[in-house]
Amino acid sequence: MTMFGWSQALFVLLVLVALHVPLGDYMAQTLDGGRHLKAERWVYRICGVDPDGEQDWRHYLAALMAFSVASIVVLFALLTLQRHLPWSLGHGGMPWQLALHTAVSFTTNTSWQNYAGESTTGHLAVMAGLGVQAFASAAVGLCVGLALIRGLIRRGTDELGNFWVDLTRSILRVLLPLAVVFGLILIGLGVEQNLTGAQTVSTVAGGHQTIIGGPVGSWEPIKLMTGDGGGFFNASSGHPFENPSAWSNSLSVLLMLLIPTAFVRYTSNVNSNGSAMAGLSGNTPFYNLTMTAAMFIGRYLPIAFVLALAGRLARQQPGAVTVGTLRTSGVNFVVLATGAALILALLNFLPALSLGTLADGLG
Amino acid sequence: MSRIPHWAAQHLAAFRMVLVLTVVVGLAYPLAMVALARLPGLHGRAQGSLVKNAAGRTVGSALIGQSFTGTDGKPLQQYFQSRPSVAGDGYDPTATGAGNLGPESVVDVLPDPKLVGAGKEDENAKPSLLTDVCARSKAVGELEGVDGSRPYCTPDGVGAVLGVFHADGLTGRVTRVVSLDQACPARPFLARYQGVAVECANYGEDYAKALVVPVRGDAPAHPAVPADAVTASGSGLDPAISPAYARLQSARVARVRGVPAGDVARLVKENTTGRALGILGAPGVNVVKLNLALDRAYPVREG
Repeated sequence: MTMFGWSQALFVLLVLVALHVPLGDYMAQTLDGGRHLKAERWVYRICGVDPDGEQDWRHYLAALMAFSVASIVVLFALLTLQRHLPWSLGHGGMPWQLALHTAVSFTTNTSWQNYAGESTTGHLAVMAGLGVQAFASAAVGLCVGLALIRGLIRRGTDELGNFWVDLTRSILRVLLPLAVVFGLILIGLGVEQNLTGAQTVSTVAGGHQTIIGGPVGSWEPIKLMTGDGGGFFNASSGHPFENPSAWSNSLSVLLMLLIPTAFVRYTSNVNSNGSAMAGLSGNTPFYNLTMTAAMFIGRYLPIAFVLALAGRLARQQPGAVTVGTLRTSGVNFVVLATGAALILALLNFLPALSLGTLADGLG
Repeated sequence: MSRIPHWAAQHLAAFRMVLVLTVVVGLAYPLAMVALARLPGLHGRAQGSLVKNAAGRTVGSALIGQSFTGTDGKPLQQYFQSRPSVAGDGYDPTATGAGNLGPESVVDVLPDPKLVGAGKEDENAKPSLLTDVCARSKAVGELEGVDGSRPYCTPDGVGAVLGVFHADGLTGRVTRVVSLDQACPARPFLARYQGVAVECANYGEDYAKALVVPVRGDAPAHPAVPADAVTASGSGLDPAISPAYARLQSARVARVRGVPAGDVARLVKENTTGRALGILGAPGVNVVKLNLALDRAYPVREG
């Protein structure tokens, strides 16, 4: 890496270090306990949920699953019925396998796209469909993190918090305000934000070119912050309308690191990621359906385990500290935990890596 | 509510929550951002940084690169040329993307000579990334009157890659050598390799058993044609070129337009952005804005 490359990385890191303390403090203070805002009370009333009743891990998981299933159903409907809805830009509805794949992909925060955005999804599908799930799937990840932390802290109780409150607060108090601020900054840097469709212009040299408009500036910050990664355009952040300059590029890197750094690492563990790249054309019924199952299980099974673990932890009484206790603040524990994490990660990746070479040799 | 079983109430609440979120973050948020983006200072950018020509007609966006080629696909000499693009037929915003080819892409899938002879295109033919780079380098060198040679390229502008057959598979005496990217009847870039005469490549012949050996050649380590002039951007829409590529093209543009070289250099400088804060990104010259400025200041008479 060149000197400029290093200083660019260092710059982003310094800004991140400066930002994560106040943001982390704000999140800790605003997400747990305290009073409900007026707007939030409306949300709870419309939805018919009791914001003050706490849930044990089974009820927390049941609410989370009900919300995820409802998300998939609504997004699936929006994508298949696109043709009949406003702002479709003339795009038809998705075939059902692709719509199911896309719906599960975005609700599980995987955001693998078996299609090119500019030629498939209209403004409504992006804003009210994928955009909502970019917020919601990340908020669900935050909820699981919150429940786990409560499980670690609380003693002798079954209660892990209230899923509906955690969800609403994650979105209204953390993700939405950040999206507005960084969205406006990105628009100021050149990211487009309009409801124009495609317009064909005659170019400088007399050729023809189709300039595609869209609400990119409101999509971009949430795509980046939540680790969502699904592009408005096929080229995603390689596209000048998503990432117009060196400034926006550094800001994009910063936004991707911000929430996970400000919050605990656990949130990123239940946030999967896998935006499509390379030459794999995944848009076949086989890939669409098998990947749908893989994404669904790959997200909700670990979530169920984490919540069950949190439930168990919350019930337990703290053990007495003796000389035999491994202190969680000592060097011993840090080395042990880091080592274990490293070995687990290697066990995850190395078999796949070695298969890659084999496949190359066979191909 | 009390008569609805708990699980059904849960699902009802979930659906309502999805609908509420759809209204708040799915409609209100993006539409409010559209409204805020109409504020002065943001408006032009939010609309896509559209640019107009001298006649006041919108001719594209300052952020979206364009092709400056004639209907025959050849470069228009009075314009600075953009980088290569693999978005559709070049700079097509409805088909953005990259080639997805890497440094291991060195062997071409040759076109059917019957189709080529009939003046048609063979859709199954697939040049390697190396051959693409070599061909672009040669073409840019010819256009600008500089040496277009590059390491690992043949003088005729394809990959300098040998397929070497050995007596025992991958080892043993060399039995046959083929220049894989040079379709017959091309003259191989190397006469002999390890004592064996090098052949040109025949369409349809299977060279899979040969060991692939790229040949460095004696081209300079820093070619006269810069790297951004021979590679496509990730989206295929990048409007910028490197200052080095702009310098290379300045003489030609000045000559064709009949303008002093200093005037063209001044416009290049005006459309160059440096590193933000001195460290972020890389300096670039916006080709769309530069060519627009050229047309405005020194129009070319048609015919």
